[in-house]
Amino acid sequence: MPTNHALEFPGGYTRSVGPVIGRFLSELRDGRLVGVRAGSGRVIFPPLEYDPDNGHAVTDEYVEVGPSGTVESFAWVGEPLPSHPLDRPFAWALVRPDGADTAILHVLDVGEYERGAAPPKRLKPGLRVRPRYRAAAERRGDISDIEAFQPEVTMITAPSRLEYDLKPGRALDRFLEGVSEGRILGHRCPVCRKVMVPMKGLCPKDGVPTTEEVEVADTGTVTTFAVNNLPDPRAPQVPFVSAYVLLDGADVAMVALVSGLPADQVRMGMRVRALWKPREEWGRTITNIRWFEPIDEPDVPFDRIAEYM
Amino acid sequence: MGNPCAIIGIGQTRYQTKRLDVSIAGLLREAAVRALEDADLTWDDIDCVVIGKAPDMFEGVMMPEAYLADALGAAGKPVMRVHTAGSVGGSTAIVAASMIQSGVHQRVLTIAWEKQSESNATWALTVGGPHSTSLVVGAGGYFAPHIRAYIRRSGAPDHVGTLVAVKDRENALRNPYAHLRIPGISREMVESTPMLWEPIRYLETCPSSDGACAMVLASEDAARRAPNKPAWVHGTAMRSEPIFFAGRDTVNPQGGKDCAADVYRQAGITDPRSELDVAEVYVPFSWYEPMWLENLGFCGEGEGWKLTEAGATALDGDIPWNASGGVLSSNPIGASGMIRFAEAALQVRGMAGEHQVEGARRALGHAYGGGAQFFAMWIVGSEKP
Repeated sequence: MPTNHALEFPGGYTRSVGPVIGRFLSELRDGRLVGVRAGSGRVIFPPLEYDPDNGHAVTDEYVEVGPSGTVESFAWVGEPLPSHPLDRPFAWALVRPDGADTAILHVLDVGEYERGAAPPKRLKPGLRVRPRYRAAAERRGDISDIEAFQPEVTMITAPSRLEYDLKPGRALDRFLEGVSEGRILGHRCPVCRKVMVPMKGLCPKDGVPTTEEVEVADTGTVTTFAVNNLPDPRAPQVPFVSAYVLLDGADVAMVALVSGLPADQVRMGMRVRALWKPREEWGRTITNIRWFEPIDEPDVPFDRIAEYM
Repeated sequence: MGNPCAIIGIGQTRYQTKRLDVSIAGLLREAAVRALEDADLTWDDIDCVVIGKAPDMFEGVMMPEAYLADALGAAGKPVMRVHTAGSVGGSTAIVAASMIQSGVHQRVLTIAWEKQSESNATWALTVGGPHSTSLVVGAGGYFAPHIRAYIRRSGAPDHVGTLVAVKDRENALRNPYAHLRIPGISREMVESTPMLWEPIRYLETCPSSDGACAMVLASEDAARRAPNKPAWVHGTAMRSEPIFFAGRDTVNPQGGKDCAADVYRQAGITDPRSELDVAEVYVPFSWYEPMWLENLGFCGEGEGWKLTEAGATALDGDIPWNASGGVLSSNPIGASGMIRFAEAALQVRGMAGEHQVEGARRALGHAYGGGAQFFAMWIVGSEKP
């Protein structure tokens, strides 16, 4: 049976840091990183009183380095222990501040990750980082005055939302009223006599207002189409067919979904009919039509639809 | 056409999926500084800045011209923004040229860009309203039915799209700015990629790129002091048409035919295939090469695929199309039209490097946008018209 036993030196040991490390810690408390120049010209960071390569004394030239630096290597801590400086996954990293010739070992905080997470992709040697200091009043001239290094800012998120009150306008209003009753309405142009569905109250070709209402059938012919294989969260499950459907009685093909048969069996010239949602689900929206489905009629020859594409 | 207009500076960024190292302004400045260097000018020498990009919704930066004015050295100068969907790079250059042709300015900086890595084009192109049908199909899903209609109408064999996809990527290997550089690109490689929007395969579509393209346009007087050989504008034209109307030909749009006829008339061209030396044409999906060959009058209707199949549009063909690799190899949407215009100018300046068409003297730059509704074209030449 083990017995728990703690030894703690009252108040902690006091240590004289000497002029070189003292300068480093004083600057650190002020939020600056300094290194010291060795006789060889190298900037040693964090500073030492001697050149670790040859034991010679360093010069008394202090050089401000960083604050940006580069990660030279790292060890990922996916499951931090209670004694670790952060309670979420982090890395121990060797960070070499710009202007220094040696690196410091410190904590690297790359963001919020769940305990046990694998190291994120962007964590790799070469990552550019900066120190995150404790608030000035809390700094004591201690290496932990830097809470952690963290990646430089490379990207921001710009939220965007636009909200409108949309009026369909007179013509489209009539169209929506029609589909709310299960009817498809269009306008006939007084000049070219073509029937446009849905209507906008004008003929884009002749540039004249249109008012003559025409009801067209909910059956029609597929003129041309695409088989869409690229998934999108807002789109139907792939593969889906987006088609131009020329409704019987209309002169402009309408973009619509075609379903009810395998995508690779959809044909140009295929005859289709609107599949309406159950009546109780209808509103003032074209989505009252779920999609178009094939009907048992012979395909329309290509030369009769060629001019509608 | 007014006063002569010269292209004395051209700058491009390397086109790639993500330019995470620069902001939008930084991206534009990179291209602009290169164009200024080519013209041996500084920001101070520029009289007016004309910028263009595709819809604001792409990057969600509303009125970027306002935010970019100072980044492009336009403080105290006129700045103007042009928007005509995918054709905008072309129409922006045309608006800039008109500033010179009208005699209003001596040196105009024009620049177009897109930073697709900060954008979601499919989302932005499919912001449906409550009153209309909205199918989330993106640009590929929009154009695929028109391509299907072309194939059916012309009786073109299936592999023609593949040929274009290979040819343009082979050309891209000669262009250091190109985004897609695929060593060993082959028909088998293209045909092995999945159909995204049948009949468009993955490698028959353009990439999503970050990038910017800039040009310095100059009056005759200002062009005289340019260190490098200028290109000269021989004609410019724009046309548009509504996206839906009864009797619209979406395969061979009237707007494109009219625009081509206009620009050829200005340049005195009656047979583009023999009188032009090279063309940079907006081909974002491979099948648009044969479609635009017909629309632009390089051959009769239904014949475009035969030119492609015979190799006429290859770098060593009689009328090379997209020697730079084209939109199929780099697509920063808003810039793509200007890149076509700039590449046409590089060709007649003899500055196209490894993808130079030997002895090119007259070239077509072309852009289209929206639902093939907006067209912008220019013809540039090595000689002053």
